[in-house]
Amino acid sequence: MLIFEHSRPGRCNYSQSPTAETRTSNIPQNLMRKKPPMLPEVSEMDAVRHYTRLSQKNFSIDTEFYPLGSCTMKYNPRACNSLAMLPQFLSRHPLAPEDTGQGYLACMYELQEILKDVTGMKSVSLTPMAGAQGELIGVAMIRAYHESRGDRARTEIIIPDAAHGTNPATAVMCGYKVVEISTDKEGDVDMDALKAAVGPQTAGLMLTNPSTLGVFEKNIVEMSRLVHEAGGLLYYDGANLNAILGKVKPGDMGFDVIHMNLHKTFSTPHGGGGPGSAPVGVADRLLPFIPVPVVTIDKGIYRWVTEKEIPQSIGRFSAHMGNSGVLLRAYIYSRLLGAEGMHRIAEFATLNANYLMKELSKAGFEIAYPNRRASHEFIVTLKDLKEKTGITAMDVAKRLIDKGFHAPTTYFPLLVPECLLIEPAETESKETLDSFVLSMKEILEEAYTDPEMLKTAPHTTSLQRLDDVKAARELDLTWKQ
Amino acid sequence: MNIPTHLKYTKSHEWVKLEEDGTVTTGITIHAQELLGDMVFVEIPQAGRHLKQGEECAVVESVKAAADVYAPISGEVITINPELESAPEKINEDAHSAWLYKINPSNIEELNDLLDSSEYQKILESEAH
Repeated sequence: MLIFEHSRPGRCNYSQSPTAETRTSNIPQNLMRKKPPMLPEVSEMDAVRHYTRLSQKNFSIDTEFYPLGSCTMKYNPRACNSLAMLPQFLSRHPLAPEDTGQGYLACMYELQEILKDVTGMKSVSLTPMAGAQGELIGVAMIRAYHESRGDRARTEIIIPDAAHGTNPATAVMCGYKVVEISTDKEGDVDMDALKAAVGPQTAGLMLTNPSTLGVFEKNIVEMSRLVHEAGGLLYYDGANLNAILGKVKPGDMGFDVIHMNLHKTFSTPHGGGGPGSAPVGVADRLLPFIPVPVVTIDKGIYRWVTEKEIPQSIGRFSAHMGNSGVLLRAYIYSRLLGAEGMHRIAEFATLNANYLMKELSKAGFEIAYPNRRASHEFIVTLKDLKEKTGITAMDVAKRLIDKGFHAPTTYFPLLVPECLLIEPAETESKETLDSFVLSMKEILEEAYTDPEMLKTAPHTTSLQRLDDVKAARELDLTWKQ
Repeated sequence: MNIPTHLKYTKSHEWVKLEEDGTVTTGITIHAQELLGDMVFVEIPQAGRHLKQGEECAVVESVKAAADVYAPISGEVITINPELESAPEKINEDAHSAWLYKINPSNIEELNDLLDSSEYQKILESEAH
């Protein structure tokens, strides 16, 4: 039920109503509303019950294991929330003078330094508001670099077929033609396909490493050399940075630009359309083009760096400097961990994924790349199960909800039929992983003994299996009276 | 799987039919629609557009993914299937009768580059492993 459907004329939450009549005098008459806006009219109790009920229907990392591959759904430490919500941060105006915001600027400066250090890049800008915007900014900088050299023949971006769909979308948004290259049987980029694709027309290569297949590109140094020798640049999609945090630096692999999803790797709240944040890091070639503002320090005083000092900057992408509340949470998270803690993230994320992969394999699940060690995630394919029983990856995913687990990513990457992309993240205990394996075992048995139970799952949620085809064909996004 | 012998095929899972009047009708194969799942949207090139063999020219979108469709041979698009815009599910119901567009080939020799049903069958078998 929508909050609008609780609405009754005249009902109001008086305790939160404005206490004084305030009118703005400088809005032109023709822009003033003739009728009041159609807001729901509910009491305070109705509003509280409505939103509490919604939160109870929600599946979240605070209540359930959430092994959503390529999304890094890890626990969000409460300390990050409480410190980022100190009144001094909350009530700081984004246009306040630098000398009254030295503490905040210090946090942002140190976050830039930490991200530089952990990725091996030369400079970091915190301004992108989400992963997709980080990508857009990254490729826009690649474009600015080639154009600044008068090199206009570079019209193509190379992208492996295992990439996130946002990569080709970004390249096209920046005016490039996408050249897709294939993956070999072990999940690595096909080097012959890459050699055939690079040339004087190559603007760059976009790569996720470890890839969405959950494997580390073994030939990354060679790939980097090939693209650079052809005059192209390398873009690192940071979606899977969690697997290598503090262990391997994208800068050392030869990447020229990277975006980092703070809502994944740096544990800021994630999902439900919540605020994302995707700082970009650049190596030497792209330094002149970095988006502003960034924070610097002169003689112990923190200050903004703007277009004046970076005249070739590709510009501004958020009203002030990114999602400051999210950036603060990531900063606090980094400081809680320290350098040693960051190593432990990569180690435990990888250990958890490999443990889960082995246990599911023992339980009878087919691993898509059995010869490879998993990075922080791995793929199970249910192709055989579907042939034998008609049970699909979607059925298994829905049944997992009944067992108290959020489903893994399904049907992505597209290369692997009937796949589940599973990422446990480092914050889960062995007990949680074991109980997930037990539930998966039960579901596998049910596929043979009671397939109908799976076909009609979930059974324990307030809504049963939704008709996603109808939803996609007949989009209905607006509430109408 | 039903792979009619009177049709030609591409590696990228389009089917191709040479009509008696020398035009060519094309669509996506049963295998392709099965991989994609329930169709929700189809974008077809406009009549009059000149296509080059292998060019991306249409998009089929399902609940799982959006996929490019490639021109099996070069030529001019002469007519498109008007039904698919409002009823993309026809591709799932019968991929071989739910054609996407008809083309007036500029080089009929290109048909020789395409696969026959047994070659296409082999491609499907090799993809299965």
